[in-house]
Amino acid sequence: MSDATYVVSDGHTVDHMDEHPPTSTGISNEKLGMWVFLASECLLFGGLISTFVLYRNKVLPSAPGETAEHLHDAFDIAFTSTSSFVLLMSSLSMVLAVSAAQRGDMRILRSWLAVTALLGTVFIAGQFYEFYEFSAIEGFGFTHSPAWSAFYTLTGFHGAHVTIGIVILLVTLGLTFRGRVGQHNAEAVEIVGLYWHFVDVVWIVVFTIVYLIK
Amino acid sequence: MTDITVTPEAASGDHADDGHAHPTDALFVRTAVILAIITAFEVGWSYLPWWDGAHGLRSFIEISGLLIMMMAKFIIVANVFMHLKFDKPLLSWAFYFGFVLAVIVYMAVLTTFEIWSSGPPGFAP
Amino acid sequence: MTTNDGALALGSGGALTAPPMGVFARAGQTKGWRSWITSVDHKRVGIMYGAASLFFFVIGGLEAYLIRLQLAQPEGKLLSADLYNQVFTMHGTTMIFLVVMPIGAAFMNYLIPLQIGARDVAFPRMNALSFWVFLAGGIVLNSSWFLGGGADGGWFNYAPNNGVVFSPSHGIDFWNMGLLLTGISSLVGAVNLITTCLNLRAPGMTLMKMPVFTWMSLVTQFLLLFAIPVLTAAQVLLMFDRLFGARFFDVSAGGDPLLWEHLFWIFGHPEVYIMILPAFGLISEIIPTFARKPIFGYPFMVFSGIAIGFMGWGVWAHHMFASGIGPISVAAFSVATMFIAVPTGVKILNWLATMWGGKLRFTAPMMYSIGLITMFTIGGLSGVTHAIAPADTQQTDTYYIVAHFHYVLFGGALFGFVGGWYFWWPKVFGYKLSELHGKINFWVLFVGFNLTFGPMHILGLQGMPRRTYTYRDGYGFNFWNMVSTIGATLIGLSFLYFFWIIFHSYRAHKKAGVAVGPDPWDARSLEWSLQSPTPAHNFDYTPTIEVFDDFWHRKYGEDEDGRLVPVATGAEIAQPGNGEGVHLPSPSYWPIVLASGMPFLAYGLIFNLLLVIPGVLLIVGAMIGWILEPSTDPNADHGHDDEPSGPNDTSDVAVEPAANDEGDAVADEANAPEEVAAR
Repeated sequence: MSDATYVVSDGHTVDHMDEHPPTSTGISNEKLGMWVFLASECLLFGGLISTFVLYRNKVLPSAPGETAEHLHDAFDIAFTSTSSFVLLMSSLSMVLAVSAAQRGDMRILRSWLAVTALLGTVFIAGQFYEFYEFSAIEGFGFTHSPAWSAFYTLTGFHGAHVTIGIVILLVTLGLTFRGRVGQHNAEAVEIVGLYWHFVDVVWIVVFTIVYLIK
Repeated sequence: MTDITVTPEAASGDHADDGHAHPTDALFVRTAVILAIITAFEVGWSYLPWWDGAHGLRSFIEISGLLIMMMAKFIIVANVFMHLKFDKPLLSWAFYFGFVLAVIVYMAVLTTFEIWSSGPPGFAP
Repeated sequence: MTTNDGALALGSGGALTAPPMGVFARAGQTKGWRSWITSVDHKRVGIMYGAASLFFFVIGGLEAYLIRLQLAQPEGKLLSADLYNQVFTMHGTTMIFLVVMPIGAAFMNYLIPLQIGARDVAFPRMNALSFWVFLAGGIVLNSSWFLGGGADGGWFNYAPNNGVVFSPSHGIDFWNMGLLLTGISSLVGAVNLITTCLNLRAPGMTLMKMPVFTWMSLVTQFLLLFAIPVLTAAQVLLMFDRLFGARFFDVSAGGDPLLWEHLFWIFGHPEVYIMILPAFGLISEIIPTFARKPIFGYPFMVFSGIAIGFMGWGVWAHHMFASGIGPISVAAFSVATMFIAVPTGVKILNWLATMWGGKLRFTAPMMYSIGLITMFTIGGLSGVTHAIAPADTQQTDTYYIVAHFHYVLFGGALFGFVGGWYFWWPKVFGYKLSELHGKINFWVLFVGFNLTFGPMHILGLQGMPRRTYTYRDGYGFNFWNMVSTIGATLIGLSFLYFFWIIFHSYRAHKKAGVAVGPDPWDARSLEWSLQSPTPAHNFDYTPTIEVFDDFWHRKYGEDEDGRLVPVATGAEIAQPGNGEGVHLPSPSYWPIVLASGMPFLAYGLIFNLLLVIPGVLLIVGAMIGWILEPSTDPNADHGHDDEPSGPNDTSDVAVEPAANDEGDAVADEANAPEEVAAR
């Protein structure tokens, strides 16, 4: 690998990677920026979660003449629990990737990045299956009722975030092969990790509020 | 759930360059195990037959139990996996400020909708 | 130096100078339009924000004048009811999102790095992105005029009136898309400027030594950071409702229109402070300068700004007293709203106390600042009357409300901004705007403003409803409406006059050929220690800050009676503007390329999803190019030894914030505001 010879674009040097960047707070711009952004995301997901909580009982009959079914009658908690567990474990693989990056263990770093992206993909596949099940098989589409609109919007928004996260992970993985990501800028991996963990944290909240609370 | 206090015993030694403890992989694995256990508890809790048709106090206990476990998971991931516990306090302030603001503001909204005393499920157009 | 023939040449052409894997040749111009579209310089971004918002200001102003012409007489025939709805909606939306907010952003972009002693913002390319996305949003919003008509639901577009059933044209879709884009822009800007304020302060510049303008900007950016996503959430719901048939605001299916109102105003009330706090900050710099006294009660100024920021989150429902939210909510929000007048009052008292006993110089910027204080106080007082819910239910949706918010937004924010233009014009463009004409301009604007909006108080209390395209003869509305329209004409003339003053002052400056000097106003904050116009590299060396108003204290000492004794002039101690050895972030095409993908998404969602594909390709491509392009061109000529282990290298200096050795500080500064590759 050529990590050692590559001059990092931000002017920090390979030798000094353990030191704090020259900022007033001692936190690098990128990390502070990411945390500030994540704080902002709390308000975005908060709005969508509140919408869901407000509308969760606003269901309509699936067909005229039938009684309205509650969302939970359609949910498969065992299935969703499994996919939630998968996403939760992807947080572990992510944090191990960060730790490998800090040690400079490129092989392990790449493996854990790949595992994280894979677990994320499994989660997304599960979500696709679930959406298909609800909308095509059980007849509760996006336009069915306020409750289902809110459900798809909230979980779909989260899914979009996971998908973006997977793309970022794959790009990071690619950059490790070009020596653009490695021990010299392990913090880049950490920042990608922050985003990924945040997506996981949002799902922790969504899983409880949407699926577990009846 | 009092045993979830996470202590970075990895603090000692080589990486303590700036007074911040660097957590070890072993800590992360242990944390993940704890998270998995809480998740199992959560799902199990929601399946307890005891809640069938619950309302009033019983429903309150069911939901608060779930929310407490949710918050425990949230904080563990934020503090350990996202390194808030090992990082500068400013980051915790920035993030939890947004989080708490979101909780307060949206709780206020839902309160004005009287969501906490909602009637039976379903909606008659 | 980078070659730059065929700037948009794709592929791996010979002109490729940005290793590794750059797609575009590095932008290298310092002059011409290309240097502007690729610029990541916070000063240029600020100027572009200002220019774009002045352009939108003309559009919004013409819309306002159409409204006034329509209402000049009873039974006006100029606009149909439908067109009138579009015009007032677009006027409000344009003025708020495309004028007042970006003018604030213009000042913040330009001034924050200068006031804290930084080379640039924390993420220069994201700064450029923020501007281009804003421009894209403004264009998408205003393109609705040519594509089937503007939004027609009022700037807050209440549900269910914003649904397809009641507003079948695409106007509200354009509104939605345009504001989603400006929201992205604001969010990117907020992350950037918060990081800048917290991270890039010069040695010694503690938070409590930052100028009040920078403080108010920081509060504003935090408000944006947390308020914008709430609006985004609401708009996403609306978008799905209108374009994909979701049922969020479908009352027949159980959807609740109040949800929209809540989400909108949770955003909307902090938004009010987002618009006014930058202007507060501006006049907090202008007044001490022309009173020749430090700002009175600096910590109170700062903490009242923070208090406004906090309390702004607890008062949103006072916009909804008439929507049936229940007596307990009304009472709680009514009380909270009365309380928020307190920190605002603290600010007004502090400005007055700053002027009290000062050696006042009534320059043009000072007059606009005093105009702000007086006009904002009137608007603030009528605001307190809205806090009282029973009175508010009478005033809701009358011209009294229109009068109130124009007094705070026009008489408040815009007066502050115009004062800011007069004040910082020499710093930005290197020549002063004519003082004489500036004062006349102030009086024309002041009279016109009061003639326009003063009578609206009376009209409102007489019961004239807002948002109604006409009124009948015999209700007693005729006289004051005519006065108001005459006033609006004066406002229009005063801005034409303002544009003429810019032109005139520029010509006079060219003819006289006298440089304005670094410190024309004998001012207090750091930007005046630089040459005018500000050199591209800002500071030759990083200043070290010892006290609040450090620059002032280097110009003036005190004798034993506490009187000011000049020790040096600003010109003497100003930095000479020698940028040798300074290492700036390189220009980049990627921000504008990324932003150019956004309108495709917007139009694609509205008209045809196929259009989304080129949009996504542009955005993803630009992101990849962005990541692969080092933020500072390794080949750029910066006369600076790039060797990491050089004696002037950043990291050694960085951990010692007090280091004020010039050579080290240059290197320190040069490296601070750049980005890692992965961002």
